[in-house]
Amino acid sequence: MLTATRALAAAVAAVVVTVTAGCGVTRGDASRDLAMWIPNSPGGGYDQTGRAAVSVMEHDDVTGGDFEVTNILGAGGSVALTRLMGAAGDEHTLMTMGLGVVGSAYSFALPFKVTDATPIAQLIEDQEGVLVPTDSPYESIDDFVDAWRADPAGIAVGGGSSPGGPDHLFPMQLAEAVGIEPSTVRYVPYDGGGPLTSALLGDKIAVGFSGLGEFEGQIAAGELRVLAVSGEERLARGPAADVPTLTESGIDLVFTNWRGVLAPPDLSEERRAELIAFIEEMHASPEWRRALEDNGWTDALVTGDDFGRFLDEQDARVASTLEEVGLL
Amino acid sequence: MDNLSLLWGGLESAVTPENLLWAALGVLLGTFVGVLPGIGPAMAVALLLPVTYGLEPTQAFIMFAGIYYGGMYGGSTTSILLNTPGESSSVMTAIEGNKMAKAGRAAQALATAAIGSFIAGTAGTLGVVFFAPALADVAVRIGAPSYLAITIMALVLVTAVLGTSRLRGFIALFLGLTIGLVGLDLNTGQPRLGFGTTQLADRLDIVVVAVGIFALGEALWVAAHLRRTPMQITPVGQPFMGKDDWRRSWGPWLRGTALGFPFGAVPAGGAETPTFLSYLAEKKLSKHPEEFGRGAIEGVAGPEAANNASAAGTFVPLLALGLPVTATATIMLAALQGYGIQPGPQLMTEQPDLVWTLLASLLIGNTLLLVLNLPLAPLWARLLRVPRPYLYSGILFFASLGAYTVNLDAFDLFLLLVFGLLGLAMRRFGLPVLPLVLGVILGPILESKAREALAISGGSASGLVDEPLAVAVYAVVALLLLAPFVLARLRPGRPRTDGRATPEAGERTDDGELVDR
Repeated sequence: MLTATRALAAAVAAVVVTVTAGCGVTRGDASRDLAMWIPNSPGGGYDQTGRAAVSVMEHDDVTGGDFEVTNILGAGGSVALTRLMGAAGDEHTLMTMGLGVVGSAYSFALPFKVTDATPIAQLIEDQEGVLVPTDSPYESIDDFVDAWRADPAGIAVGGGSSPGGPDHLFPMQLAEAVGIEPSTVRYVPYDGGGPLTSALLGDKIAVGFSGLGEFEGQIAAGELRVLAVSGEERLARGPAADVPTLTESGIDLVFTNWRGVLAPPDLSEERRAELIAFIEEMHASPEWRRALEDNGWTDALVTGDDFGRFLDEQDARVASTLEEVGLL
Repeated sequence: MDNLSLLWGGLESAVTPENLLWAALGVLLGTFVGVLPGIGPAMAVALLLPVTYGLEPTQAFIMFAGIYYGGMYGGSTTSILLNTPGESSSVMTAIEGNKMAKAGRAAQALATAAIGSFIAGTAGTLGVVFFAPALADVAVRIGAPSYLAITIMALVLVTAVLGTSRLRGFIALFLGLTIGLVGLDLNTGQPRLGFGTTQLADRLDIVVVAVGIFALGEALWVAAHLRRTPMQITPVGQPFMGKDDWRRSWGPWLRGTALGFPFGAVPAGGAETPTFLSYLAEKKLSKHPEEFGRGAIEGVAGPEAANNASAAGTFVPLLALGLPVTATATIMLAALQGYGIQPGPQLMTEQPDLVWTLLASLLIGNTLLLVLNLPLAPLWARLLRVPRPYLYSGILFFASLGAYTVNLDAFDLFLLLVFGLLGLAMRRFGLPVLPLVLGVILGPILESKAREALAISGGSASGLVDEPLAVAVYAVVALLLLAPFVLARLRPGRPRTDGRATPEAGERTDDGELVDR
């Protein structure tokens, strides 16, 4: 699937090049223009969120200038993060990011962390789910956790991301929450939702951990069952609505795959405040409401210093999980 | 027969003069975008997809099918004419196809590719019609252990293409395996051979490697020899396939189709493995194995058929399970969703008319491709008459553009140049290219499947043989390895029974076979 995303990216990049080359005329003041960097391929989660935010800001003319959206692929967002660090003091650049980029900074041994950039805002969060094939013996999350506690190394579980990514961090933190040593978990990484689905349908692994978006067809068709969702509250809509949360089942864990926006380091206080104001104005727009609804995202606006503290906390949590598993 | 009548219904509603016009337009557009070097079928389809929005669903399907087959065929055209494959599954086509083109047989190579694609595409689509839901359930059962076994079989067969010097062959193979190691280790998240750069943190794109070594390497080689050797003029051969070409092509077409379709239908399959399994099989079966590497028509016919049959096979998991398994299938999924089709388990029951119209459109697009492109093959072949300096500068321009647009990163141009220099060095020291390419493709598959199987079994070796298919394939591998020894033991016995001495090494047996000791 790597080649798949690259080819897709290439195609869209080619289109973008053609299109941007065609419109050299700027509407507004060039000094008000902003770049939005996306750390993965077109169609991916960061891409959807980043482009949705940009289109709302353009629609409402929040900034008074133009946006240029660029997908910077590679190394789970590390390439884009490295460029962002290199653009210190650049007041015209934003980058969409999320939990996966926090982990990538560790797995790719970057000399900096996401907390070294300027925090602007957290925008949304997505719940993860615990998935089993329909003929699985696990009817509830308790069934699974009991069996898992009894033999953590004997049950193969899988996720759609490599170590350090959200689908890996979730089962590790779940294991820790139910008293299982994370390093004993038998985790099989798959290259995204497609291969993970076929592994589940083919009974190659017992349990899958992933965001639910890519599995809606199978869940609706009754081929996969969701044992629990990871957020604070049950999902309101979709085929996984009314699946209980982990906390309802007495497991003390809330895990969300969140996304937000960073700016390069060394920004002036005024510019930082201005960028945060842009995001707040976007957040207030009815267009953004609609984008949230269309994509099934949970609104989770946290800005400025609060987002900075959230990043510190997430960064520490990711670091400790990766350390537990022996990957640091 | 129920399916057949449904398909017939789809065909009836799809074949109108206006729709055929859309299909023809799609085929032409697809071919023209597909022939741009560096633009593979996936990208061609993605670029042209917006053209079909705004049409009626049936017309959109038909045009889309035309674009899809046109884009695929366009990719083979550049592989054959310019040695610049657009995606990993047409790499094998470039190997023999370009040699044929250089020998003045470009028109025949293009024709056998077009007819092979047509046969494989049609047979594959019919396979989807009849078997999709049933096959999908079986296909998801085939997992990492089976795929690992098949990859090992392919590696065993690679020894057949090492070339005259085993040493050079193995050097090339291991170079390829090393190139395949670059990138993140999926299981532990450790970067390998990254030299501290984040750009090398992902797997190298086989297209960049192949275009660098094939096209750039060749251009550099020609440039390095310009002063000493006169420009070779590509001979202009016959415009159409001769009797002999037909006789040598039909077997590979059918075998390639049979190999390709199941690989497409298995979610873990992918399109590269069947193309080179077909190549290796054709070389083993050919009566003219010495022609392989110098432009054997079987080496184009087989892999092209395998590629297209596999592409048709990907509709099985795509339509029945909603799983895209190749780059092109990922784009298709986006396209189908754009037309309001939600592929998945319920598709076949909930929106049957759309599915049958789509399948009928694929058949129509495939047929029109043949009708339009077969007469064009001699015209395309004329492209090679462009004076070499201009031709090579054009190839270099498009190869660089293709490499650059993937990430808009100058680093990829640097990578292309590095592989171009490697290609030049390999030509200088007589290293065969094929083992390297197979190493780059097979290495990562071998590793990821082995580790997936072992991760599932918790490190126990029993995980490698817990699927019946895997065991069966290992049995074939054992046969392949043991057969020469067994035969060698049996043969010396035979002359003794009729009282004659064993022939000495270098002598010919009664069958006229040279005894190799």
